[in-house]
Amino acid sequence: MNVRSSGTQPIRVEQDVVLARQTARKLATECGMRLVDLTKMVTAVSELARNTVVYGGGGDMDWEIIDDFGRIGLRLVFRDEGPGIPDIKLALTDGWTSGGGLGLGLTGARRLVDEFELDTAPGEGTRITVTRWT
Amino acid sequence: MAALQDGTLDAIKNQQSKLLGDWIGALEANGATRNLKEQDVQQQTAEFLRLILDGIRNDSGNNIAAPGWADTRRFLEGLSNSRALLGYDSHQTAYFIFALKGPLFTVLQDYYRDQPASLAEQLLSVSELLDSFAMHTIRTYQKTREAVIKRQQEELLELSTPVVKLWDGVLALPMIGTLDSQRSQVVMESLLQRIVDTGSEIAIIDITGVPTVDTLVAQHLLKTVTAIRLMGADCIISGVRPQIAQTIVHLGLDLGGLVTKANLSDALKLALTRLGISLAKV
Repeated sequence: MNVRSSGTQPIRVEQDVVLARQTARKLATECGMRLVDLTKMVTAVSELARNTVVYGGGGDMDWEIIDDFGRIGLRLVFRDEGPGIPDIKLALTDGWTSGGGLGLGLTGARRLVDEFELDTAPGEGTRITVTRWT
Repeated sequence: MAALQDGTLDAIKNQQSKLLGDWIGALEANGATRNLKEQDVQQQTAEFLRLILDGIRNDSGNNIAAPGWADTRRFLEGLSNSRALLGYDSHQTAYFIFALKGPLFTVLQDYYRDQPASLAEQLLSVSELLDSFAMHTIRTYQKTREAVIKRQQEELLELSTPVVKLWDGVLALPMIGTLDSQRSQVVMESLLQRIVDTGSEIAIIDITGVPTVDTLVAQHLLKTVTAIRLMGADCIISGVRPQIAQTIVHLGLDLGGLVTKANLSDALKLALTRLGISLAKV
């Protein structure tokens, strides 16, 4: 698997969510994603980036365009140094929220991408890796 | 810190016209006089030099926050304001002062030719003073730009939420761009107010111009629709494009309680049917 290009974008404040979405849209277009896939990926980015700001207290988004024997994909890593998620199973339950949202952001984002990996521990921040193939 | 000596004052005074000429020359060479009238440039440079001389003469020291430099500070604030409004960038604005350094150093070098120690001291002193003024200019410039951006944001907030009347009793709200919480608050308020003002029975919210519908946007929509219903009116969401519809399904959003249509024309047709209005070709 080759990494074609990569980069990092800060996600510190609410406005950065918009910028992260724009970056994701640009990258997905570069990968040649179809409109539906692109919209799904951008929406997932919107959810995860907002979680990074609201619950993680800000962090970064690493992106890379990967080439797996001709299959092109976009992989994004959202990482923060926030409080972490104490109960992963609960956090991945539809409709459960620790804030004031609908409780569908994390689970919804998981359904919108092809690969989803959640790495977190209380007090050690959160790291979410998502991949969508074209 | 070494104070500026009277000699420096004399040197500047004696060479004033040459200094101004070289200074304006440097400004022009760097494009820092673009769109400015020649007369204005001359007047501004002469004014700044006069203020500097006054400051030195009154022993105001090198701290530009001192009361002795109040006039100079005010002059620079006015200057950087006007530059910001003319669309100059911060570099060009600060260059007004930096461009003076070269010519001024030459003058001092000439004057203190036989006193290297004084020359070094005076150069450092003048340099520090001019740097402080340049910093002050940039700071003011930044503030002006921030004020411009803030005003634009506020204008955008107003601009992007026009509530239009489509028919007697039917209002439409075409939403455009990002629905961050502050904007959706304004949207909701203006729509609810117009419903009261016009006594409308049906409101159509068109989301064709909203590129991403995520859970936060959906939550705002649900809240708005609930509020509209509480006021006794009905709401139709239009402009749900295929890719948005598929995304909403995967997100797991339940918009079952909402009436949605793919485009505004379908929404209007539905609204008219509900009001008992039928249109026919003549």
